[in-house]
Amino acid sequence: MNLLSFLILFPLATAFVLLFLKNYKMRAIAITVAAVLLSAGSIALLVINFHREAQYFHMEVFYIDKAMFFIEALLAVYILYVSWEHKKYIISGLILAQFLIMAFFELKYAHSVAVSYELFVDKFSIIMALIIGMVGSLICVYAIGYMKDFHLQHHKALKDNRRFFSFLMFVFLSAMFGIVFSNNLLWLYFFWEITTICSFLLIGYKKTEEAVNNAFRALQINLLGGLAFLIGIIYLYYSYNVVELDKAISLGKLGALIPVALISFAGLTKSAQMPFSSWLLGAMVAPTPVSALLHSSTMVKAGVYIILRFAFALQGTLLGFIIALIGGSTFLVTSLIAVSQSDAKKALAYSTIANLGLIVLCAGVGTYEAMWAAMLLIIFHAVTKCLLFLCVGAIEHRIHSRDIEDMSGLIISMPKISIMIQVGMVGMFLAPFGMLISKWAVLKALVDFNPLLAVFVIFGSSATLFFWVKWLGKIITVVNTEYDLEEGMHKTEIAPLFILAFLSVGLCGLFPFVSTALIQPYVMEIYGVTLAMSQGNIVIMSIMLAMVMLFPLSFINYGKRVKVVDAYLGGANTETGIRFKGASSSAKDMQMKNYYMEKYFGEARLYKFGSLICFIFIVFIFVSFIK
Amino acid sequence: MKIFISIIAYIALAPFLGAILSGVDRKITARMQGRVGPPVLQPLYDALKLIEKESLVVRKSQNFYVAFFLMFIIFTGALFFSGKDLLLVIFALTLAEIFFVLGGYKASSPYSIIGSQRALIQMMAYEPVIILSAVGMYMVTKSFYITDIISYGKPLFYSLPGLLFAFIFVLPMKFSKSPFDLAYSHHAHQELVKGMTTEFSGRSLAMIEVAHWYENVLMLGFVGLFFANNILIGIALTFLAYFFVIIIDNTFARVKWEMALMSSWIVGLLFGVGNIIFLFFVLR
Repeated sequence: MNLLSFLILFPLATAFVLLFLKNYKMRAIAITVAAVLLSAGSIALLVINFHREAQYFHMEVFYIDKAMFFIEALLAVYILYVSWEHKKYIISGLILAQFLIMAFFELKYAHSVAVSYELFVDKFSIIMALIIGMVGSLICVYAIGYMKDFHLQHHKALKDNRRFFSFLMFVFLSAMFGIVFSNNLLWLYFFWEITTICSFLLIGYKKTEEAVNNAFRALQINLLGGLAFLIGIIYLYYSYNVVELDKAISLGKLGALIPVALISFAGLTKSAQMPFSSWLLGAMVAPTPVSALLHSSTMVKAGVYIILRFAFALQGTLLGFIIALIGGSTFLVTSLIAVSQSDAKKALAYSTIANLGLIVLCAGVGTYEAMWAAMLLIIFHAVTKCLLFLCVGAIEHRIHSRDIEDMSGLIISMPKISIMIQVGMVGMFLAPFGMLISKWAVLKALVDFNPLLAVFVIFGSSATLFFWVKWLGKIITVVNTEYDLEEGMHKTEIAPLFILAFLSVGLCGLFPFVSTALIQPYVMEIYGVTLAMSQGNIVIMSIMLAMVMLFPLSFINYGKRVKVVDAYLGGANTETGIRFKGASSSAKDMQMKNYYMEKYFGEARLYKFGSLICFIFIVFIFVSFIK
Repeated sequence: MKIFISIIAYIALAPFLGAILSGVDRKITARMQGRVGPPVLQPLYDALKLIEKESLVVRKSQNFYVAFFLMFIIFTGALFFSGKDLLLVIFALTLAEIFFVLGGYKASSPYSIIGSQRALIQMMAYEPVIILSAVGMYMVTKSFYITDIISYGKPLFYSLPGLLFAFIFVLPMKFSKSPFDLAYSHHAHQELVKGMTTEFSGRSLAMIEVAHWYENVLMLGFVGLFFANNILIGIALTFLAYFFVIIIDNTFARVKWEMALMSSWIVGLLFGVGNIIFLFFVLR
């Protein structure tokens, strides 16, 4: 209980301290200390609750409720003002609608709402807390050095607003902790809206026209989701006199699916499923730590978190099946689009949406196997995707480009970063690493439920394989390289990368432990059955992991018993070895480019197609309830 | 104990079987073209000769990838022939292939890199069919374990004719045979010089050859799963499938990558997914 309050309030307190710390060094120390404490706090939460079942807590709430309402009112006024000023009238409408409903509810019914438990903690919350506490705070540490370079070297014209930036990051973490510990849906909704507004401010941080537009797009889509969330809560209250998560889940099981549908809709917008993906793609204009935060440990994970909470109620229902179809289509279409992307951040963004699609697919299926797979996906995706984003950010600051085509030879010019990004990449798609174990689990869950859903995963995964390997190949290819671009990197940048790379690999080794200690107890609690990967397969995976780990050892043989020659260039090599004699004996540079297959996997066409299909599914959900 | 014997038998015998299969292939191909052809053991002599040659490289670490390719192919084969989880076998095989593809990238030569990318396109093309086959086998036998799949009473291809067709359709990709020998080819008419293997020589090239022998035996084993209830008929039909691939190799020209990708996905969707839909409704 105290620990829960600590995890929610401590980042908030840190945020305000950071707002007033003017000295860069002091801020760096404060952030690092806060990060260590938050990680320790989330680990302590695990240790304390290791053998305990889910726990629910009651609080004296009168002032908290009033304070929340007051903050909501302030934020609503702020959003109303900014959106009006920028002529974004839809947003004004959405926020006004939300605020009026909220105010009406607050004034008329708030005193009669009886909530037995405001906060709770179970194994799923603990998993999320570990991700937010560890991955999230690593991102904050990384941001110290990154934002310094960002302002002092790369964006000198931009007003230096780093204090506000780190303030927002920590408020974000606080709100995320709030989301995963709230049992009172009104609280959950409050924290939900805080993340929406934080992400709006963070995406618009650069203040360019593009940044502002994308920030408003994110705001609009997430407010739409927020509105659905609120209507869902009000509906629950009117029909069943309930505003608690655990009770809503039990009601969902008994067939009260309308609020489940509304809240899941909010989850779909937040987790950027098609047709709502555009906000997450637009969010790339923000500085890299923001992308990392939104994509890996927070925001989008809140979306899948809430859908997964209702997974048990969705199991075997039409609603669940349609949500599964939305997730499956999103996975397939965005995996295909990723093939055509040469902008590293955009490729990563599509990969994030795809993986979230996979989690949503599992949530819609809702069987115990799917649940197990989804939890694995959440854990591994958070760590690996965060690592990848932070690496891309570091690379972008050094080579001044985030085009994959410009990343050849990184293995020579930025050896440390390139090894870490390679760890992240293989972690995303290759056996025996985390995401593949998860995908395998997804595949098995789907085959047992309905093999037709597996078709989405099978075709999508093969596209994923293609786009990761060609990127990986680009990094190890060496053509013409500037040496040592890693000089002058901040320790605060390298250290989080190193920890994350270590975690990505370590988690694969510790996978049986993660499964038995965290995931299986939760699945067991909800379903009464659970599954584990068979002992034999775990042994085989471990052997494979050990074998892959041997790869660096082969460098003992580096350069032994081989003779180095130039690449074959049709027999027309010139002295340099990377140029050849072209027409009329002129020396030409050799060029090596990857396939992007724009014609077949082009973004414009596929994106529209996927959005249309998912839009039809969503319309179908709501039509199915109107009888 | 039985498992150990089959693993050791695979590791020891598969390269010879693979070499002989490859020799037979060259012989049959030669006869089809009206030549006498080399001795059946010629591939083995080639490999032994290669081992003695000097190793020329563009990048010093490129051969490491090939060594791991060979290591993981052997590992995958051992998993397969000891009757482990079929999906795990497929993932391990993918891992092995990725090492090979990365070797092609690492060599940093335009020819090998285009070859590597074409190999990737082919992987993207055949991967769905292979996983769908495993899913189909699971739906019939209720297990992903190869030991369970082969001890299923009836021949699987009765229930999985569409998947068998799709599997044989993509098989030339695994054997690097026309019409899908885009990544690299044994024939002397490749527009990419030797594609992926352009910059590999000596011991590494021999390793690639040996890895392919192992891989071919493994793939034939996979084909064999479709007929596994009777071991003799199974082996006969598997070799028939191999012969069929050789005939196709000699009758079709190489296609472009678009054609390779589209055709295998369409075949995979129509026959593979079609087969699975059919099973789903029948078995329900």
